[in-house]
Amino acid sequence: MVALPGVDPAWSTYLDVPSTAAADNPGTVHSWHYLDNGRQLADAGTAVRGTLLCVHGNPTWSYLWRTLVAQGVTEGWRVVAVDQLDMGFSRRTRTFRRLADRVTDLEDFVAALELEGPVVTVGHDWGGVVSLGFAHRNRFDLAGVVLTNTAIHQDPAVPIPAPLRLALLPGMHRHGTRTTSAFLDVTHALARPKLRRDVHAAFRAPYRTGADRAGIANFVSDIPADPSHPSHAALADIAEGVRTLEVPALMVWGPRDPVFTDTYLEDLTRRLPSADVHRFEDAGHLVQEDADVAGTVFRWLDERLPAGAPGIPADAPSSLPDAVSLESAAARTPPTFLWHQLLERSAGPEQGSIAVAEMGSDGIRRRLSWRELADDVDAVAAGLSRLGLGQGSRVSLLVPPGVDLTVSTYACLRIGAVIVVADAGLGTKGLSRAVKGSVPDAVIGIERALLAARLFGWPARRISVGALPAGTRALLRVESSLEALRTTPPGPLQDPEPDADAAILFTSGSTGPAKGVVYTHRQLSGMRDTVGGTFGLGPGGALVAGFAPFALLGPALGAASVTPDMDVTAPKTLTAQALGAAAQAIDATAVFAAPAALRNIVATRGGLGPSGAEALGLVTMVLSAGAPVPARLLEQVQELLPAATLHTPYGMTEALPVTDIDLEGILRAAADAAHPAGAMPGAGNGVCVGRAVQAASIAVSPLSQGGIPDGAPTTAPGVTGEILVDAPHVKDRYHRLWRTEGASSRTPPWHRTGDVGHFDEAGRLWVEGRLGHLITSPGAVLTPVGVEQALENVDGVRLAAVVGVGPTGTQAVVAVIEADRPNGRVRGRSRKLVLADAALTECARSAARKTGVELAAVLTAPALPVDVRHNAKIDRTKVAEWASAALAGGYRTP
Amino acid sequence: MKVLVTGASGMLGGAVAALLVEAGYSVRTLQRRPSGISGVTDHAGSLTDRMALGSAVATMDAVIHLAAKVSFTGSRAEFDAVNVDGTRNLLEAARRAGVRDIVYVSSPSVAHAGRPMIGSGATTADPGTARGEYARSKASAELLALGMSSSAFRVAAVRPHVVWGPGDTQLVERVIARARVHRLPVIAGGTALIDSTYVDNAASAIVACLRRIDVVQGSAVVVTNGEPRPVGELVAGICRAGGVAPPRWGISGALARTAGSLVERIWTATGAVDEPPMTRFLAEQLSTAHWFDQRETRALLDWEPAVSIDQGLQRLTEYYRP
Repeated sequence: MVALPGVDPAWSTYLDVPSTAAADNPGTVHSWHYLDNGRQLADAGTAVRGTLLCVHGNPTWSYLWRTLVAQGVTEGWRVVAVDQLDMGFSRRTRTFRRLADRVTDLEDFVAALELEGPVVTVGHDWGGVVSLGFAHRNRFDLAGVVLTNTAIHQDPAVPIPAPLRLALLPGMHRHGTRTTSAFLDVTHALARPKLRRDVHAAFRAPYRTGADRAGIANFVSDIPADPSHPSHAALADIAEGVRTLEVPALMVWGPRDPVFTDTYLEDLTRRLPSADVHRFEDAGHLVQEDADVAGTVFRWLDERLPAGAPGIPADAPSSLPDAVSLESAAARTPPTFLWHQLLERSAGPEQGSIAVAEMGSDGIRRRLSWRELADDVDAVAAGLSRLGLGQGSRVSLLVPPGVDLTVSTYACLRIGAVIVVADAGLGTKGLSRAVKGSVPDAVIGIERALLAARLFGWPARRISVGALPAGTRALLRVESSLEALRTTPPGPLQDPEPDADAAILFTSGSTGPAKGVVYTHRQLSGMRDTVGGTFGLGPGGALVAGFAPFALLGPALGAASVTPDMDVTAPKTLTAQALGAAAQAIDATAVFAAPAALRNIVATRGGLGPSGAEALGLVTMVLSAGAPVPARLLEQVQELLPAATLHTPYGMTEALPVTDIDLEGILRAAADAAHPAGAMPGAGNGVCVGRAVQAASIAVSPLSQGGIPDGAPTTAPGVTGEILVDAPHVKDRYHRLWRTEGASSRTPPWHRTGDVGHFDEAGRLWVEGRLGHLITSPGAVLTPVGVEQALENVDGVRLAAVVGVGPTGTQAVVAVIEADRPNGRVRGRSRKLVLADAALTECARSAARKTGVELAAVLTAPALPVDVRHNAKIDRTKVAEWASAALAGGYRTP
Repeated sequence: MKVLVTGASGMLGGAVAALLVEAGYSVRTLQRRPSGISGVTDHAGSLTDRMALGSAVATMDAVIHLAAKVSFTGSRAEFDAVNVDGTRNLLEAARRAGVRDIVYVSSPSVAHAGRPMIGSGATTADPGTARGEYARSKASAELLALGMSSSAFRVAAVRPHVVWGPGDTQLVERVIARARVHRLPVIAGGTALIDSTYVDNAASAIVACLRRIDVVQGSAVVVTNGEPRPVGELVAGICRAGGVAPPRWGISGALARTAGSLVERIWTATGAVDEPPMTRFLAEQLSTAHWFDQRETRALLDWEPAVSIDQGLQRLTEYYRP
């Protein structure tokens, strides 16, 4: 083998292997090529923990596994990556090898290699099937299985993926796979980002001529597209056989794969339900090239197959942590389910009073009493059950907040189905990725959402909210509607397991792809109890639900809820008049509204009539979350709702809420921070978010000198660190993000939020920014929020971002300022950063200096990048990129 | 302790000599014209005069070598004669005379290949990629000087970056003179982040290098104020200090580099001896980030700059106040 990038020539090995495959005559011997780090390990005297047996797919070769082979040397794992026969640099056999032959081939190879000790199979593409076939039949030494973009079962009702159908077309097949290198090139083109030229050449190296490519053509022909195919039985045997595998399994996936989509991953996870799964959202078919697969695999091996585990030789005295149960038995008592109050109130004296309502432009458009709501939930639940949905089914809800969403949510939860909720603020693309990645069994949606489901090919059954005309129904392939489901006679409903999954909520995705966050029933109940207890909401209350995440909790709290006349996905469409009308309709005691909604309510207060004003005067609590709300705005809100305490809790999709503070608290904190004598140690340098909500504990994990949050959790005043939270309503895990989950929960019992902050002496938490936005200047690690606040107090500054530019440890601190715009909109390119004028520069430097920060540069931007949902959170990562480019000068690094 | 300072008639050399005197060193200076520094013994001579060098280094304990041909123009041979051969002559004479320590004052441009330098350390000098004859000859000289270093003859290199201060003819005077006649453009928006060094800080760092030569010997350190600034802001600050309006017109970095190349060629072809209005080297310097990681320098030299950029500009203002 010639020298190739990333490959140590010493790994390249040939072995003569006697064949027992049916495709060969007895006595046939084939020359196999494989990559093997075994000699390197032996030379270094490293104790070997086991062997990774890596099997590539079509049309790659063992080169695909080079990063595993390399890292195995340092991790103490032997890695043997084979070139399957007719592939890579192994023998061209001039036979047609079917799936059964290939499994036998791999067994022959392992026997000839005289492999001993624990084996973990690792497979990609059709190599995944071959490796599972081996695993299924050779369980004695099997210690684990790792799968990457592969498939083991083809639903006979669904056609195989279009690219493969194309490759199998008569005429197309030979031409595309053998005569030309089209199949090779198309596969390599799937890499994201594009393969480096030398890496691309390495992948092509063994496939230069048509004869070299015979194996590629035969592999494609061996895809069992339907049950009549000769390899179908072998595939079915493996697909069923793996269900009984008892070893740990890991699936690492690149979802941007036109062939091995999330549907196949879903099928695999149902066959191996205890598997750990990590999807690299931006990676594609060649996930090994696109993402850190090697690092993920070895981290997983460390966790699931640590040295000293059964069957794994110890390299040192066992370092396994003591098996301490982190959850006490007391915490395991069953919770009251989310629908508990619904049952209570529908059977009690208030059964006829309003439970949920929706406002139209001229009053209540739709309402259900507690009795009607309970009946409707039961009916829809029965209808969903009749469709075959139930425990563990995933149902994506693409319904705007209101009666239908409430009914759909509680109906799904009651039958044990997992609701998938993603915010329309993600945009069509982000939403589509979120829905596809969660592989729902069904989508309940409004017409527009079902159209997207059809367009983007979400592989789920479709249920419409309203009744659709037959033509539309057929076009969108809609199976049923809420109306139709309601006609099912209700049957008995069985409660789900309290610790079963109940919901997948997607993060806003303001930094990187949205993450799915999984909650169990117990955790949702915990959220309800915390919200109820912290904000004094309970049976008999009445709330205006202008804020999606908490709006669904109305029935759970036993409180009536009304959706105001607005586009709830666009908070700034809520007017004072609409809020007043909604409050009046149910004699509201509480209002939930996003910060952007509050801004518009204040802006439109002139339209509020006397009756609306009177209704708002009776509200005792306002809750606004998602982004910091300036005290000035809250004071204006207070004028409209004079009897209300104004709460702005802090939290995240993974833990809602974490802390709470009200207007009075915000003002007190501001006074403490401004106190010249520093009477309150720790006050200042951040946004004060108050104290932990009911049942939650918070702490920070202090930053090291290099900005790594590895300190022991503390609540000592003035110590900056990553904010940690522990509460009954913290998420169960991230959905199919094994690595991310491991990082966020690596210090039990805490969830690591990725936010940075500190406590003051009064026990209040101050948020200083995101961990990813730390600035490591030569003298100190800095957080951005405190400096930004100081800059935003400078005249003429509307918004400021403070970022680090340059290498870690010696970064220059740079302020990028968006100036007040008296004349409204920005013109021109928003990325164009220019030097601030001398006066502004001087004011900004001096303001920053008072917080102990020396600015290297002060730049202005026409507009800073902010999140879509709140129009307030600055994307500092993007700002740092812009600033780096501007400050590098006229030359760009290539 | 007796120290020879070469190039003491320049701004930085003068500051170094004065600082040494103040610290109680016995100081001799070597340059072509009188240094004008009180408390030193002037020794007239040039780097190309071997005889003069021999007598200059006699009885000295240490040499701080600042003399060089600093210019944007000139032939390769001219730069080599002073900067490379002159340095070799001086160091060989010093070694023969039993001088123990040498501080060679270099320039970060010896390791600047034209690409942005962002938080960089002191990478090895490379005459092959250095931009322009000055940087190339200084790179060769630094390599040769550090190559002579041993425990018996200790050589260290200090690379102060963009030194400025009152009396500076290289940067400050040129900026002010051109701005006064509106011939100074802002290149590429003036956003390139650059490090600079106030003259007193450069001088104290050089003296610190001599004091700490036991740990620095054989290596080069980059010295700056540790306060990178956008080049436009620094230039504007210098203009205001000099009592002239900062430049108000701009050209792109690419245009400035092209113009610089063109001017260089014309100047070379016509044999002009005055400094050209723009060179490619200058255009690159003014449109490309170059700032440095100072942590190692400060630890090695056990030194901190004493004058901030704002304080330095204040002193410059006082200097130019009519």
